[in-house]
Amino acid sequence: MTWTLATPLVLPFLTAVLAFLARYGTTGRWFSVAGNAVLLAASILLMARVLDQGVIATQMGGWAAPFGITLVADYLSAVMVIITAITALAVSVYALTDIDVRKEQLGYHALFNILIGGVVGAFLTGDLFNLYVWFEVMLISSFGLLILGGNKDQIDGGIKYVTLNLISTILFLSGIGLLYGMTGTLNMADMARAIDSVENQGLVTVVAMMFMVAFGVKAAVFPLFFWLPAAYHTPAFSVSAVFAGLLTKVGVYALIRMFTLVFDGDVGFTHQILLWVAALTMITGVLGAAAQNDIRKILSFHIVSQIGYMIMGLALFTPLALAGAVFYLVHHIVVKANLFLIAGVAERTAGSTDLNRIGGLYKSAPLLAVLFFIPAFSLAGFPPLSGFWAKYVLVAAAIEIQGWIIAAVALLVGLLTIFSMTKIWAEAFWKPHPEGADPALSQLTPQARRHLLIPIAALAAMTLVIGFSPDPFVTFAKDAAAQLLDPTAYITTVLGGEA
Amino acid sequence: MNSIILRVGTRYLCGLLVLFSLYMLIRGHNEPGGGFIGGLIGSTGFVLFALACGTADARNALKIMPQNIAMGGLGIALLAGIFAAFFGDALFTGQWLFINETPDDKGIPISTVLFFDIGVYLVVFGSILSIVFAMEEEI
Repeated sequence: MTWTLATPLVLPFLTAVLAFLARYGTTGRWFSVAGNAVLLAASILLMARVLDQGVIATQMGGWAAPFGITLVADYLSAVMVIITAITALAVSVYALTDIDVRKEQLGYHALFNILIGGVVGAFLTGDLFNLYVWFEVMLISSFGLLILGGNKDQIDGGIKYVTLNLISTILFLSGIGLLYGMTGTLNMADMARAIDSVENQGLVTVVAMMFMVAFGVKAAVFPLFFWLPAAYHTPAFSVSAVFAGLLTKVGVYALIRMFTLVFDGDVGFTHQILLWVAALTMITGVLGAAAQNDIRKILSFHIVSQIGYMIMGLALFTPLALAGAVFYLVHHIVVKANLFLIAGVAERTAGSTDLNRIGGLYKSAPLLAVLFFIPAFSLAGFPPLSGFWAKYVLVAAAIEIQGWIIAAVALLVGLLTIFSMTKIWAEAFWKPHPEGADPALSQLTPQARRHLLIPIAALAAMTLVIGFSPDPFVTFAKDAAAQLLDPTAYITTVLGGEA
Repeated sequence: MNSIILRVGTRYLCGLLVLFSLYMLIRGHNEPGGGFIGGLIGSTGFVLFALACGTADARNALKIMPQNIAMGGLGIALLAGIFAAFFGDALFTGQWLFINETPDDKGIPISTVLFFDIGVYLVVFGSILSIVFAMEEEI
């Protein structure tokens, strides 16, 4: 029973060890694919159990909460683990062709799987200090991935990335120390219970702000996002896809978790700030993207802009808004990872990701054009693709509580997103190739085509499924939001019945 | 650095440091010490070796690539954690075996906790050395 929770956490590390020991030769990469396929199966099992029981928890090492480290999964955690596994599987298949032998021998597959392990750990842990440890695991492995192969751009982006994230980690750690001093516990469920009886509630709000900044850097919100566009366009496409899909979303997840479970004492103050942050993040992100001329840079700025929508859902703090945020998270991870994978194929066929130097993909690679169209216009919020429903829920939630300004901002940013996506569409796909080349997919070997296009098509299919039958997903997101807003079940499950 | 004093000194110190690190590893079972600090101390032995005789010699003396040591350690630590599954316990629950146990003496205790610590030792030892060797070779 307890192993349903532990398996998704252990698997990526086992995969990493096996893939590393077999890094010379071709077995390593297949270990990675197989490991992530098993991870997906394990996370589906986890989801089934969570759907059955609501919240499940297990105590590592058999030490009872709040003293030991708790693993806990509610609807939000479970869905995040599944989506992580899906992304990891897609990217590990894509990496079969995308990652060259040299990077494999430097340990790409091991780092990649350790990163996935860190992400899964962050989603499943119920202990604040353990969350910090998972953030560190992610930071170290992602830094390794970012500079793997080591050209100058990569080192430049990597340094910015690691410096800013270290600042965030230090703030996070100090915040944990202060909270521990005030409540005497590190278990998040126990903390949620103990924090109301802290005398100095002003200090709690101060610590809440420290967490907001720490997770804000991770999630790349305004004005702390600038490390992201500086780093995400430099590494291999597999790497930037998994970064774009998952890393910032761990920050968003941590924000949602902490600001629904622990810091819900002064919602009028903290969530008001979050609302401003959300609006500014959306706007700066989308404007930044409009000024770029490289596919990956445009997409990087759009990550920032989209994070704003998720924060908006958290900031509005109504059941519908939180459901919107959860829905948005799921939709966004699939779409964004896919767009980066497609950018990789565009570079392979047309020779670059710089929009001035490529073109003609619509004519010579119509399949790629269709595959791009689905996630790109889902991101922009075209009905009936998944992004439309995500935005629809959020805007409806804003209007429901008369948040006219934030609703207007969300709609305007959606419009500007269409502008950016249309720009990529017009430049990379419609206009003829400036050098008169014919960037067809048939340039790639059949094997490369299989490895690159199957994950892209699978993710695009997911976007379509979410888009055409949003009902079960919205219902699920609403249930997840209800759990977040009323954490009683979470707290009783973790602490073993005594609430 | 080419200094005969350092080279000769290292010959003794390296072995001593590794031995001491093993002592720290075992001692960590019931008293201050353990895999993490043991791994740090053990790696200083080979860092010293690399400073005195160069990384090529240090790598030769080590025989196994430090990255492999680190990943092998991670594997050992994980297996020690997963071992609890065979007994139906939660992840990382310690499993104990007492050799020559008598009613008033626990005998020689062997536990998964020890193997976990050995894993940690190897992870720390291997990662520190891979970083230091890489930096030494860059300069």
